[in-house]
Amino acid sequence: MRWLVILAAAVFAAASYASDVGQIKNLSGAVHVERDGQRLAAAPGMGVKQADVLVTGADGSVGVTFLDNSLLSLGPSSTLAIDRYAFDSITHDGQFDASLKRGTLAVVSGRMVKRSPESMRVRTPSAIMGVRGTEFVVKVDEPAR
Amino acid sequence: MVAVLAIIALIVVAHQLHPPAPPAPAPVTAAAAPVDELVVVLPSADGHTGTVVVDSQGTRTVLNQPYASNRIGRDAGTMRLSLQELRSAFGAALSSIPARPASFLLYFITGTDQLTEESRGELDRMLEELRRRPAPDILVIGHTDRVGSEPDNDRLSLQRAERVRASFLAQGIAPERIQASGRGEREPIVQTADGVDEPKNRRVEINVR
Repeated sequence: MRWLVILAAAVFAAASYASDVGQIKNLSGAVHVERDGQRLAAAPGMGVKQADVLVTGADGSVGVTFLDNSLLSLGPSSTLAIDRYAFDSITHDGQFDASLKRGTLAVVSGRMVKRSPESMRVRTPSAIMGVRGTEFVVKVDEPAR
Repeated sequence: MVAVLAIIALIVVAHQLHPPAPPAPAPVTAAAAPVDELVVVLPSADGHTGTVVVDSQGTRTVLNQPYASNRIGRDAGTMRLSLQELRSAFGAALSSIPARPASFLLYFITGTDQLTEESRGELDRMLEELRRRPAPDILVIGHTDRVGSEPDNDRLSLQRAERVRASFLAQGIAPERIQASGRGEREPIVQTADGVDEPKNRRVEINVR
């Protein structure tokens, strides 16, 4: 029991210290991450943090796996903001808010939604979606000019 | 690659089970208007379709049928999207979904860090599967049965985990991507009295994502 507590504390400490909430697993074409006003070229294995914005080019696509095993992927010409991500790997409680500004998004919800439905929300310019599980896609066309 | 095949297989199977509904007579005005926002719920790998609740401009729409779609803010109700429409609108996003997280169990010869013959084959299949993941994260947890002392079993469980980790390293997977730990005899799959030589408990769990 004592070891379990120590292990749990270590896992928790590691999670909050690293502050990566997800990881880019695959990508093709032009993909970058906007973080703290900087534009970083994305690569497989790169960590994703809360407040990151993922952007794909006209030929781009990207897939990200999050700590709770939520899977998100973007098609071309897409912009997705990770507004909020928190996950407790012991209780599986958490909150995941993301905003699709434009483009296409595919979602496979993970452990936090299994634990508490609608702990994951996806916003678009005109709606909020509460996710009760598990797989769906969303598309936001660029506004006509 | 696996994910892509799985999705294609899913689409093919779903197609056979539920042939797309014949196209509804398109309203004259809607046909020309571009879809601004669209959400579609999909059946998952286990065939179960989940639920998405869409709140827009004070209206709540619940999507819970396979391929149920809602044109957000345009139509109040839901409509079944055809697979052609799904593929043409979402093909690239769908084929970029990362490989599903997976778990494996490998079993050991009693008192050793040697895999059983069956598990050696399973390890090879697992290594093959890992090659298809460009950036895998691997958690390896070793366990023992209840023969021997607890401290000895702690050591043996870690040794088993490290042994499996070494197989991944030999495949060129970066060391920082693989964590190995041992849990001794604390977490048996089959509950037994102390001293019992239960093969199902002599194992290493591998979680990949």
